[in-house]
Amino acid sequence: MTDDHQLRVSKIQNGTVIDHVEAGQALNVLAILGIDGTSGETVSVGMNVPSDRLGRKDIVKVEGRELSQSEVDVLSLIAPAASINIVRDYEVVEKSRVVRPETVSGVVSCPNRNCISNADEPITSGFAVLSDGVRCDYCGAIVREKEIAANLDVS
Amino acid sequence: MRQDHLISAVDLSREDIEAVLDRAAEIDANPAAFRQRHAGTVLGLCFFEPSTRTRMSFDTAMKRLGGQTVDMGPVESSSVKKGETLADTVRVVEGYADALVLRHPSEGAATMAAEFIDVPLVNAGDGAGQHPSQTLLDLYTIRENAGLDDITIGIMGDLKYGRTVHSLAEALTNFDVNQHFISPESLQLPRNVRYDLHASGASVKEHTELDEVLPELDVLYVTRIQRERFPDENEYRKVAGEYKIDDETLAAASDDLVIMHPLPRVDEISPEIDDSDHAKYFEQAHNGIPVRMALLDILLSNDD
Ligand SMILES: [Zn+2]
Repeated sequence: MTDDHQLRVSKIQNGTVIDHVEAGQALNVLAILGIDGTSGETVSVGMNVPSDRLGRKDIVKVEGRELSQSEVDVLSLIAPAASINIVRDYEVVEKSRVVRPETVSGVVSCPNRNCISNADEPITSGFAVLSDGVRCDYCGAIVREKEIAANLDVS
Repeated sequence: MRQDHLISAVDLSREDIEAVLDRAAEIDANPAAFRQRHAGTVLGLCFFEPSTRTRMSFDTAMKRLGGQTVDMGPVESSSVKKGETLADTVRVVEGYADALVLRHPSEGAATMAAEFIDVPLVNAGDGAGQHPSQTLLDLYTIRENAGLDDITIGIMGDLKYGRTVHSLAEALTNFDVNQHFISPESLQLPRNVRYDLHASGASVKEHTELDEVLPELDVLYVTRIQRERFPDENEYRKVAGEYKIDDETLAAASDDLVIMHPLPRVDEISPEIDDSDHAKYFEQAHNGIPVRMALLDILLSNDD
């Protein structure tokens, strides 16, 4: 009943509902999506919502926005249990769990300031996904899972 | 060699390494046979950071194979100064040369450059990243003097920023070599090199004092600890002083200990060692020529 009520409160017409986000990661999810409140999307965030699967979870709902694959890829690293619901005209038309990718490109920037990927070169950052983090394709720097949120490229 | 470029020591298999070292030995034994091997070939030298040795060494190696070199000259007088990207520079120079040698102050520069060109590329140093051609001549020197299997090596000095150290440690995992790392705590191996060493099954044995391992070493590889790594002069002097080698230090070493250094040295190896049988660092520097000749020969022959 609780879930149903909440869904009604912030039901969206078209967009994405990211559910089963680990509690505490909602703001990082927004950071991955580049949402800081200035671009005008209607966003609702539920934090520490009771959940059967996770105990407590966060939920992020974004009106008018469907996620790109590279956004979903990075999302999977900080919210491995997340499910993504694409909503069109108030109906969930597509529901999927995130899958841990083998590589991620863009979205995360290399924490090594001296890495060529941080220079003004015509390349996109790229990382190989390790069991506990990601590794820069260029300089080899390793970013642990818990450090990923601090290295999001949300420009 | 299976790959077209030499970017990182991690990419080198034991077979790749042995192919280069064996070729270098052939060249050493009969340099005349290789004198016209690559006549008409042009090697592009792109050094975005001051270097005399490595640049001269590649220049000489190409010329001794019968080829020629073109050099972009110092960064101050090049297009780079006008804001050209590295990606553009290498694409332009690729049109002038059959292979490129790149040194750059940013980590990952060679990896990126290789994405933009089709000719073979040799990474001659990318920031604090890798310097794999140095590693090949280091391995050649170790093989000549101590053998490459069933030996114990100590690698000492600036292990954090030392690109020759990173490449050497990773390449040595291809052989039955027991590696010890000796450095001040602030200059221990970086996370990514540790990761590669663990991934290849090597154990990382670290020490802050050379005495702890010196007696069991067959090879001691010394690197320079740079002043700019320390906040103040006093701390630098204190730390650097603990990692110096002189006759007194060597009293505890094996008679057969081989001492190496990628050069240039400042004062981490006392000149009194130079005339001893331990000192192999000048031989090591000379090995740069046959080894780089061998490397170029193999990379340039790949598409035959
Ligand atoms: Zn990087």
